[in-house]
Amino acid sequence: MNANSGILSYGAYIPRLRLQRSAIFAANAWFAAGLKGLAMGERAIANWDEDSVTMAVEAARDCLTGFDRGTVTALSLASTTHPFADRLNSGIVKEALTLSDSISALDVAGSQRAGTSSLIQALNAGVNGGTQLCVASELRKARPASEGELVQGDAAAAILVGAGDPIARFIGSHSVTLDFVDHFRASGADFDYTWESRWIRDEGYSMLLGDALAAAIETLVVDPAKIDRLLIPITVRGVPEGLAKKLGVPAAAVADTLAPNVGDSGVAHPLLMLAAALEQARPGETIMLVGFGQGCDVLLFETTEAIANLPRRDGFSGALARGKADENYLRFLFHRGLLDLDRGMRAEADQKQPGTTLFRNRKTVLGLVGGRCTKTGTVQFPRSEISVNPTDRAIGTQEDYPLAEKQARIVTYTADSLTYSPAPPQYYGMIDFEGGGRMFTEFADVDAESIEVGLAMKMMFRIKAVDEKRDFIKYFWKAVPVQQPAAGE
Amino acid sequence: MAKGIKDKVAILGMGCAKFGERWDKDAEQLAVEAFQEAIADAGIDTSQIDAAWLSVAFDAVNIGPSGIPLATALRLPNIGVTKVENYCASGTEAFRGAVYAVASGAADIALAVGVEKLKDTGYGGLPVRTRGSTFDMIGVTGSAPGNFAQLAAAYRNAHGVSKDDLKLAMAHVSVKSHANGAKNPKAHLRKLIDIDTVMNAPMIADPLGLFDCCGVSDGAACAIVTTPEIAHTLGKRDLVTVKALQIVTSNGWESQGTGWNGSYFHTTRTAAVKAYDEAGVTNPRDEISLIEVHDCFSITELVTMEDLYISPEGEGWKDVLNGFFDADGKVPCQIDGGLKCFGHPIGASGLRMIYENYLQLLGRAGERQRSTPPRLALSHNLGGMPNQNVSAVAIVGLPDA
Repeated sequence: MNANSGILSYGAYIPRLRLQRSAIFAANAWFAAGLKGLAMGERAIANWDEDSVTMAVEAARDCLTGFDRGTVTALSLASTTHPFADRLNSGIVKEALTLSDSISALDVAGSQRAGTSSLIQALNAGVNGGTQLCVASELRKARPASEGELVQGDAAAAILVGAGDPIARFIGSHSVTLDFVDHFRASGADFDYTWESRWIRDEGYSMLLGDALAAAIETLVVDPAKIDRLLIPITVRGVPEGLAKKLGVPAAAVADTLAPNVGDSGVAHPLLMLAAALEQARPGETIMLVGFGQGCDVLLFETTEAIANLPRRDGFSGALARGKADENYLRFLFHRGLLDLDRGMRAEADQKQPGTTLFRNRKTVLGLVGGRCTKTGTVQFPRSEISVNPTDRAIGTQEDYPLAEKQARIVTYTADSLTYSPAPPQYYGMIDFEGGGRMFTEFADVDAESIEVGLAMKMMFRIKAVDEKRDFIKYFWKAVPVQQPAAGE
Repeated sequence: MAKGIKDKVAILGMGCAKFGERWDKDAEQLAVEAFQEAIADAGIDTSQIDAAWLSVAFDAVNIGPSGIPLATALRLPNIGVTKVENYCASGTEAFRGAVYAVASGAADIALAVGVEKLKDTGYGGLPVRTRGSTFDMIGVTGSAPGNFAQLAAAYRNAHGVSKDDLKLAMAHVSVKSHANGAKNPKAHLRKLIDIDTVMNAPMIADPLGLFDCCGVSDGAACAIVTTPEIAHTLGKRDLVTVKALQIVTSNGWESQGTGWNGSYFHTTRTAAVKAYDEAGVTNPRDEISLIEVHDCFSITELVTMEDLYISPEGEGWKDVLNGFFDADGKVPCQIDGGLKCFGHPIGASGLRMIYENYLQLLGRAGERQRSTPPRLALSHNLGGMPNQNVSAVAIVGLPDA
């Protein structure tokens, strides 16, 4: 515990598409009629070009709004769905965020509480830990017609931790570890195997988690009646409310589990709920956060005056508002690799990525760093030895110029139904960045009815292509429409 | 500016294979088919050829990376054979090699052959291929129609043209080319179509429908060039000379710099200015008798009418709708059916355009012969995509034109 360390900032990302649970059930009712009780609301689904790394980048960008990225000294990415088993996933996030090369980075995995566990590690490091960016991200994988397919969701959240002027002080934490196998997934396996839900509820949530919460309240010396927000990332109906009642925490303090409109986002879920809570919290609130998985973590925070001054960001509510209802269950199966559509010859193009080329160009590709001519001010992408400026072909004058956070406008576009895309038609075109520079780029999250020359766009980190022969994912940036503020906002 | 090559080189003979789905022929056989016509027209023997250029674009499914397949197929007399590729402008690139060799005096007689065997790729359109490992990380691997379709939105935006008006003008382009192609026995697509067919066709890349896209064909075309003096010595009486030959390559300004609005071809405008200067043309709308342009897509042809300074900027679509470019219009465009219907075997297309202009200038175009005797004919051959491309403009004409 350190009075001057705690949470400095938060960020969230929820993929735009929200698959209607009624559509999932409608397709599977013939086989699994028992799922009907879960067929309400919607769940967030990552698009074909999103994974735990890309969502982590977006949550981290949100979190770093208004912060000098040069101050970040450590990065962790918690997930049980890291795309790579042996390639530092957080290293990709680091490149996308153009963080300093001189940082430490760590992938954390192994249980659904990997996010809270890594957050505890960062918070306990206190002032000696520097400024640490803790990201949790999950792309859930469940079998068709399973309960998980209905109740889960994809999301990411990021918490910036360090010394300085925290928006929430870290009071302390309490953890227990027990090999309680409510579900498991072997290394390399695609899907969870889950034990009976009644046992999980009784022995897991009521006993194991209930006891840990009681112990935490005692250890951390907190009056349960004074807890303002209790964040229990268990989306099973009634569980958080039951625990609160048992512990003497006011019912009003029980936080929304985001079950109706996001779904259980696994490792990301506790941090996502924390981001949602911090967005709402006023100074002086007591927030208790839980992580559950082969034991549990309980973390206690108290918000400070600084929370009112945090720079505005899209945050959880912005990410939630960006949602678009989706009824296309077959497309969802296809994007999860669960439906082997005939993709045609154009999908056969070899996507082999030379490692040398990627490393040499990592700032350009993963960081979207262009060049700016120090002589004429010409901005261009990509950076080059000789300036593109036709009136001054200056040589060797360019400096790095990051473009990822610049807004842009569409100059040309098309909706291409011929080229291969997992989500046809493929939208792409030319964009001009505010402040100079242009690029020819793919678009994502586009609506056919609103695309036009001049439309405001922003950049997002996405999967560009997958080398299926060698199991390599090629990441790059795509332009997405800038979210229009909702009416009344 | 350089003095140029006006009237320094004459066409001794030309040939063109039947374009289309030539399932029963290899690339080498198509090259021989075009070559036989050209060498008979030239009235020379293979042993008289001093140098050769071969244009092919998709070597993976064609004949490999060198000039050897041409030398072997035609049994050329152990001369230099250079294989060139410059996207879809490859045909004019091969022609340029042969013409420059003759103009320089390094060769008396030079050969240019373009060939493409696209129907062995298995694709309906053009195959997907890499543009290099750096581009592939940050570029867009769109389809050809997708790349060119973007002209339409930018053109509408630049000139305040409605979606419906532009789509109708684009449809007119295709209907006209089908009418012309129907009269061409070597054309791939010879069926007449109507406006409704074009307007209601399945969308390929918005706003380009199926009939806004050119054919994907097998084929070959061939030119044999020499100096006008040698041509006379060889007994050639009907001469067509090269008036201008310009190739302009994007340097990244359109795609990375500032100012290009996406609605036109910067390269074509530059190439046209240079070519007109080289040929001594001051008013192309009045002086050019007919044009063959790179109509890979209807919108490409439409904006190219402006980029070649035939139509005023922003007015090309009106000229199209008014029939200015129809076979009986003021300046016929694609009187042979163009890429749209004659077909588009990539490496051969630039030479096919010159072949048509050559026939028309000599009055040998048969049923599709332009009644008003043409004197100067322009061909425009484009490779790449609007924001990054190779644009070639060749002007050929009668010696006194």
